Order: sequence, then C-alpha cells, then structure tokens
Amino acid sequence: MTAFAAQLRVELLLTARRGETLLLVLGIPLLLLVFFSSVDVLALPAGIDDPVDFLAPGVLALAVLSTGMVQTAIGTAFERQYGVLKRLGVTPLGRPRLLAAKITAILAVEVVQVAVLTVAALALGWDPSVQAGAALAAVVLGTAAFGGLGLLIAGRLRGETTLAAANGLYLVLLLLGGMVFPLAELPGALRSIAELLPAAALADILQAASTGGGTAADRSWWVLAAWAVAAPVAAALTFRWE
Amino acid sequence: MAAIDVSGLAVSYGPVRAVADVSFAVAAGETVVLLGPNGAGKTTTVEALEGYRRPAAGQVRVLGLDPVADARALRPRIGVMPQAGGVHPGIRPLEALRLFASYYPAPLEPAALLERVGLTHRVRSSWRQLSGGEQQRLSLALALVGRPEVAFLDEPTAGIDLEGRQAVRSLVAGLRADGVSVLMTTHDLEEAERTADRIVIVDRGRVVADGTPAELLAAGPAATTFSFSAPVGLDRAKLGEALGAPVEVVEAGRYQVSTAPTPAAVAALTAWLAEHDLPLGDLAAGRRRLEDVFLRLTEGDR
Repeated sequence: MTAFAAQLRVELLLTARRGETLLLVLGIPLLLLVFFSSVDVLALPAGIDDPVDFLAPGVLALAVLSTGMVQTAIGTAFERQYGVLKRLGVTPLGRPRLLAAKITAILAVEVVQVAVLTVAALALGWDPSVQAGAALAAVVLGTAAFGGLGLLIAGRLRGETTLAAANGLYLVLLLLGGMVFPLAELPGALRSIAELLPAAALADILQAASTGGGTAADRSWWVLAAWAVAAPVAAALTFRWE
Repeated sequence: MAAIDVSGLAVSYGPVRAVADVSFAVAAGETVVLLGPNGAGKTTTVEALEGYRRPAAGQVRVLGLDPVADARALRPRIGVMPQAGGVHPGIRPLEALRLFASYYPAPLEPAALLERVGLTHRVRSSWRQLSGGEQQRLSLALALVGRPEVAFLDEPTAGIDLEGRQAVRSLVAGLRADGVSVLMTTHDLEEAERTADRIVIVDRGRVVADGTPAELLAAGPAATTFSFSAPVGLDRAKLGEALGAPVEVVEAGRYQVSTAPTPAAVAALTAWLAEHDLPLGDLAAGRRRLEDVFLRLTEGDR
C-alpha cells in the first residue's frame, strides 16, 4: 500500500472508532433533521411550507461544519499534543501527503454524511430540485473555510482547550448559521453579523441550490469564498507542529 | 565516514542555551549512549540530529547529510524513537506498524516485527490500553520498521519493567549485529554500561567524558569496597576478623566489605564461607564505579 493510501485508511479507521465523532457528525444533524421535521415548532423562511425543505440543506451545511471544523480541530489538537505530528515529521511521509490524506478523509466522511442525511430527508418528504454544481462548489468552499478554522484553533491551543473552543464555536455557528433557525428570526444587528459568517453563507447557498430555481445572494458566495481563503492561510501562518 | 558527526553544537531555546558545546562522533555500526542527568541537553542534541532543531552554532551531520537542509534524503534512512511515544492513542499495534512500514521503501515485515517485540498477544488493544513497557516496545518497533541505517532512541528504557527492558536490550543488540548505528540517550548508568560500545557523558550542555565503558572506568577511582550475598544473620564480627576489614549489612542477605577487592581479600572471604559451610550468592566488585565516575564528572562543582 502506498503511504498516502495507508495514511488515509488509518485516518478513516480512527475516525470511525471514535464514538463521539459519529454522534457529532451524524447523530446530531440527523436528530435535528428528524425532530424539527416531525415536530412543528420551527419558524420557517418565507415561501417554504414544509420544514424538511428548509432543514435538509441546513443540516447538510451543519454536517460540513461538524466534520470540517470540529473534527479537524479536535483531532489535530490531540495529535499535536500527543506528539503524533512531531513523530510523523521525521518519517518520509512528509506534510503534503499527510495533509492530502487528512483532506481526503474529511471529504470521505462528508460523502457518508450527505448520503445518510439525504436518504433520511427524502424519507421525511424532502422534494428537492438540486443544482448540483452550485451545491458541490459550496461544500468544497465550506470544507476549506471550516477546515481552516479548525486548524486555526488547533494550531495553538491544547487538546482540552480546543475541544471546548471548537464545540462552543460549533454551537454559535449553528445558532447563527440559518441552518435550523432562519436568519430572518434574528434581531437586526445579530443578523448582520451572522450574514458575514461562513455557516450562514453555506446554508444560504445550499438552501437556494435545493429549491427549484432559487439563487443564493451574491454576498453568500463572496463571504464563503473569503473564509475559504482567509481561514486556511491564517492557520498555515500560525500553526505549530509541536 | 562517521554515521553521526557533531562538532561544536550549540542549541538555544530563546534565551536559554540548552546545548552549549557538544562534539562527538558515532562510527558506522557503533552503539553510542549519551548519558547525563535530566536537563543535560541529551534530548536537544538528538533532536538537532533528527532535524527538529537548528544549531545556533556548530555543525551536525548524519550519514554525511545536513538533517535540516537534506531532510528529504535523510528521513528514509533514519529511525526515531521519541521520548514521548508520539503514537495515536486509538491505533492498534499492527495498524501502527503497517502504517509506518508504508512510509519506507524496504520495510521489515510488520507482523514478524510485532512478534519480535513480544506484542502479538496485544494485537487487539489500542495504544492507550498498552502498559508503559508495551508502549515503549511498540514505539521502538516503529522506529525500526523502516530498516534504518541510523537509529535514534531517546530514553528507550525509561519507565519500563524488567521484561520490557530485556526486550529492548536484545533489539538494540540485534541492531548492532545488523550494522545499524545507534545513538541512544539514558540517565540510567547500568543501561549505558550494558548497551554501549561507547559512552558520551553530557552535563549542562557540554561533553564531560567520552570513551568505552572500560576507558571511563579506568579513569575513575579504584574500588575501595566489594559486596556479596549470603544467608541472613552470618557472624559479621568473626568474618570481619578473618578479612581484616569491617563487614556491613547493605540489605537483608547482602553484605559490604570495606576493603579493596584484592584476590587475597576475595580468597579469604570464600575460605571463611567454606569453613562455615555457607553458600555464596554473588560477588560484586567495583559494580558501582561507573556511578562514581559519573557523579564526579557531573556534580564536581555543584
């Protein structure tokens, strides 16, 4: 097996072995999707009648957030703390192949998430008309943005601190992300802030890309693209390998 | 060409000078132990050789290569066992070995290596479930799976039980037999004496002695005592008369005689034991002398 393939295999194996990971990347989005689709307590954006039509793209954005940011941050911080990254640094593996394996592993987890959540949403009556190109582009940009944020957090903080920070930020981005609660429900000032965050931008694009003929605001694309560049660059500049 | 060449090495962490002036060489196939108290600069020296630290002064070469500038060419040829395991807590022994094997062009067979370090029965356990000694053995195996030409082992027997210690010793002996150059750190004198072709003693960032164990011992003070084990409660006053020197109890069943271990003194002891029909367990003369050398060199001006 090549070093890349072996590294990818181990990354996936270790991810699958962590119960809390499965809860975070599949359990919580699935629970939110099923609960709020079935229990009619949620405010819905104008023009949407069935909660699942709003929630399905929202929890897909949440899935990208959880894998891209939270999993990356926690996994990386503990690997740094345990000296795993330091030890790999003197093997012939090299940073490019390590990063390639980690990114591929994130994408693989996202494929599983999308498959599971889509099937669940369809079962709940989701009837999307998907603009695949826009959705795919948004997921890739979102993964870069959230992965960069995750590495930015993990690059300096200890494992335990990263765990708290990443989970805290996850909750903030969930609440301000327009994923489960529509942005329109937020007070004006908070909403202005939320619109500049990558979570709301990704959710907005995915919602527009799954409702027939919908178009996301240009601002969402700009915001998401800016985060997708700025967060990884900031992480690369500040990251400490040991 | 020496496998490792260090000349005038200095390494600083900000204002702290961890290594002030270290020079030594490791010949191809040689096992050299860096010995010194905690904080002497052993790990920093090794990390400079592994490419983690840039020298503030001096030069280091491994297989003729600069560990920082020529890192890509060097990494496939060295094996590193860091002091802290550096292994993912969730990974299992064979998974870790297979993973590391994939990094190298001509690795050892992971399953066979796992058996050599005596961990085949732990194949279903993750790293965090292994005992300290088992972790050390796996960590050593990970350093060796790529068939390195030079192995760096940082405190390989720290916090490890007797069985693990013997496994590590036999692996290191195997490396010597295979012609691998080994640089190992320890603060355990006995370990150094047993393992090393040559010992380099480091203290406060400087080399204070460099030689074979025999050379270092020859430079030390002559032994003035010897010890032996025999049944508890033997008549020390009578024995002392026979030997012409006081006999003290070191611990239950172990005695120390306060005279040089001359052939005459040893003969007198065995004769006295034979006369009283007492068995002699073991006899140790000058066993602690490397410690004397070490303490004199590293604590002389404290």
